[in-house]
Amino acid sequence: MRQAIKNPFKSISLLRREAVHEKTDQMYAFRAMVRKEFTDYITSWRIIILLVLILLTCVGSLYTAITTIQDAIDQNENASQIAKDSFLFLKLFTISDGTLPSFITFVSFLGPLLGVALGFDAINSERNKGTLSRLMSQPIPRDYVLNAKFTAALLLNTVLFFSLGLLVMSLGILILGIPPTGEEFLRIFCFLVLCIAYIAFWLNLGILFSVRFKQPATSALAAIAIWLFFNLFYNMIVQLLAKTILNPANITSTADAVSKQGLVLNLMRLSPNYLFTESTNTLLSPTVRTLGPLTVEQSAGAIAGPLPLSQSLILIWPQLTGLIASTFICFAISYLLFMRQEIRSK
Amino acid sequence: MMTAPIIELEQISKKYDDQFAVDHLSLTIQKGEIFGLLGPNGAGKSTTILMMLGLSEPTSGLVRVCHMNSTTHPLDVKKRVGYLPDDLGFYEQMTGYENLLFTASLNSIPRRIAEERAADLLTKVGLTESANKKAGKYSRGMRQRLGLADVLMKDPEVIILDEPTLGIDPEGVRELLQLIKRLNKEDGITVLLSSHQLHQVQQICDRVGIFVKGKLLAEGDVQSLATQLFSENNYVINVKADPIENSLLEELKQLNGVHHIYAQNNSMEIHGSRDVTDQIAETVIENQASLLHLQKKDYGLDEIYHRYFEGGEEHATSH
Repeated sequence: MRQAIKNPFKSISLLRREAVHEKTDQMYAFRAMVRKEFTDYITSWRIIILLVLILLTCVGSLYTAITTIQDAIDQNENASQIAKDSFLFLKLFTISDGTLPSFITFVSFLGPLLGVALGFDAINSERNKGTLSRLMSQPIPRDYVLNAKFTAALLLNTVLFFSLGLLVMSLGILILGIPPTGEEFLRIFCFLVLCIAYIAFWLNLGILFSVRFKQPATSALAAIAIWLFFNLFYNMIVQLLAKTILNPANITSTADAVSKQGLVLNLMRLSPNYLFTESTNTLLSPTVRTLGPLTVEQSAGAIAGPLPLSQSLILIWPQLTGLIASTFICFAISYLLFMRQEIRSK
Repeated sequence: MMTAPIIELEQISKKYDDQFAVDHLSLTIQKGEIFGLLGPNGAGKSTTILMMLGLSEPTSGLVRVCHMNSTTHPLDVKKRVGYLPDDLGFYEQMTGYENLLFTASLNSIPRRIAEERAADLLTKVGLTESANKKAGKYSRGMRQRLGLADVLMKDPEVIILDEPTLGIDPEGVRELLQLIKRLNKEDGITVLLSSHQLHQVQQICDRVGIFVKGKLLAEGDVQSLATQLFSENNYVINVKADPIENSLLEELKQLNGVHHIYAQNNSMEIHGSRDVTDQIAETVIENQASLLHLQKKDYGLDEIYHRYFEGGEEHATSH
C-alpha cells in the first residue's frame, strides 16, 4: 500500500534531481495558481453579476448608438462615403441619443467597479480563511500569490474587454452594414488596451487594500471611497480651486492665463478618471487635436480635420504612461507590504 | 545512531517590539522522532514553528531543518517539510480531492501521480467517501484529517503540526493521533507537534519540550521530566480519613521522608521523598481514625506542566 505511494514519488524526485527543473517547476506551480484564481473568478457570483451588468449596459448603449447613427445615415445618400470620412464606426462607442449613456461612459463608470471587485479581497480573504498559511507552507516564492492573483484578474479583464469590443464591432457591422476601416480598427484596439490599463489600476488599488486591511469589507469600502472621490468630488474640488486661480482680476497676460489654465488642467490630471476620459476621447474622436489650452495664434492656419492615429497616440502618451505608472506604484506598495507581512494564523 | 539532527535550533530569538516571543531557544530533534512542543497559549510555539519554515525571520540565531538553513533557503525546506497550521483552511468551493490536487500542483507533482497519491491519502485518512464533497461542508475533524492528507501530498521528511487536536472530539483526537503515530512508525516521518493539551500528546510523543514565555524550560521524555522536576518531593499520596485530628497530622509529619502535608476537611495530600504509603496507613489506623482512601499519585504531564508553569510565572516575576 505504502509502497505504491512511495515509488512514483521516488521516481519524480529522482527526475527532479537529474535535471534541475527548478524554473519549470515553479512555472508549473504559478500556472496552476493562475488557473485556480481564474476559475474562482468566473465561478463567483460577484463577478458573474458584474459581468452580466456590464454586458447589459453594453447592449443598451450599443442600441442607442446604432439607432442614432442609422437615423443619420438614412438622411444621406452617400452614407458609406461619409461614414468613412467621419469615422462613423467609432461613434458606436461614443454617441448616444441621451436616453442611455454611451459605451465609454459606461466603461469609465463600471470598469473601476469591476477592478475593485476583482481585487479587494485578494489577500485578506485568503488570510481569513486560513488558506494563506497553507499556501505559504508550499515551496513557492511568496510573491507568486500576489502575482498570480494579478495575472488572473488581468487575464479576465483582457478576455472580457476584447470580447466586448469585438462584439460591439461585429454587431455594428451587421446592423449598420458599414465595415470599419483599418485605422478605426486600430483605434478601437488601442481603446480596449487603454480600458484594460485603466481597470488594472483599480484592480491594483483593490489588491493594495486587500493586503493592507484585514477585513474585506474595509478594503472594499476604502477602494470604493477612492473611486467615488475621483468620480464625483475631485471634479468639484478642482473647479472650486479653478475659480480662484482663473479669477480674471488676477490674470495679467496671455502667458499667465495659459499657464494658469495649464495648472488647473494638470490638477485635473491627478485623477485617473480624467486621464482615462482624455485618452478615450482622443482615441475615439480623431477630431480632438489637443488636450491643453490653445491660443488663437496657435490654432490659426490649422486645417480642421482628423488626426492620424499616430498623432493621437502621441497626444495621449503621457496619460497612458501616467495610468500605467500609477498601476505599478500600487502594485509595488502592495508587493512591499505583502513581502514584509508575517503570515501567521489569525 | 547519532546522525545530524533533522531539526536544529541554535539560540534563536524573535523579538516583537521590546518583548521576546522566543528567547534564545536551542533545540534538536532527531530523525524519526515524535517531539511534542508543549506550552500555554502565547508561549511562542507558533512563532518558533514559523521560523522553522522560514515564514518568519529570527531576530538572532540559526535554524536548520533537513540540514538547510530555513531563513536563507525557505523553498528547499518547504519542499521537504509539511506544515499543518492551527487554523487551517481549504478552498471551500473546491472538493477535498481538488484541494489535494491543487497542493500537488504547487509542489510541481505531475497530475497523474498527484491523482494517485491523493486517492491513496484520502483512503489513509478515512475520507474516501467525502472526497468529492466540497471542503466547505467538512466538519472540523474531517478538515483536520484532510489537512494531514494535504501535508502528506508532498511526501515530506518532516511534518510540523500546530495544535493538531484543537477543537476535535475525543474520538477524533484518538484517531488523529493514531494516524500520526502510524505515519511516524511506518513511513519514518519525523513529527513535531505543538499543543497545550497534555494528555493527548503524552500518548504519542517520544520526547516533549516544555515551552513557557519563549523559553524551553525542560525537555526529555515524560518519565525523565518527572524525576527531573520532582526530585525533592517525588511522591504525593492522597489520603482520606475520618476524623483527621491535629495529633494525627503531627504524627504523620514525624514520618521519615515526609516533607509537607496539606490537609483539608477529611482529606490530605502528603508530599514526601519516599514511598511511605504503608506507614501512613498504619499511623492512621493507630490513631483510631477510619481510612477511607489512600492513593499514590502518578505524575502525568499535567502535574509536570502545572509545576513548570508555576515555576515559569515565578521565574518571570523574579526578574
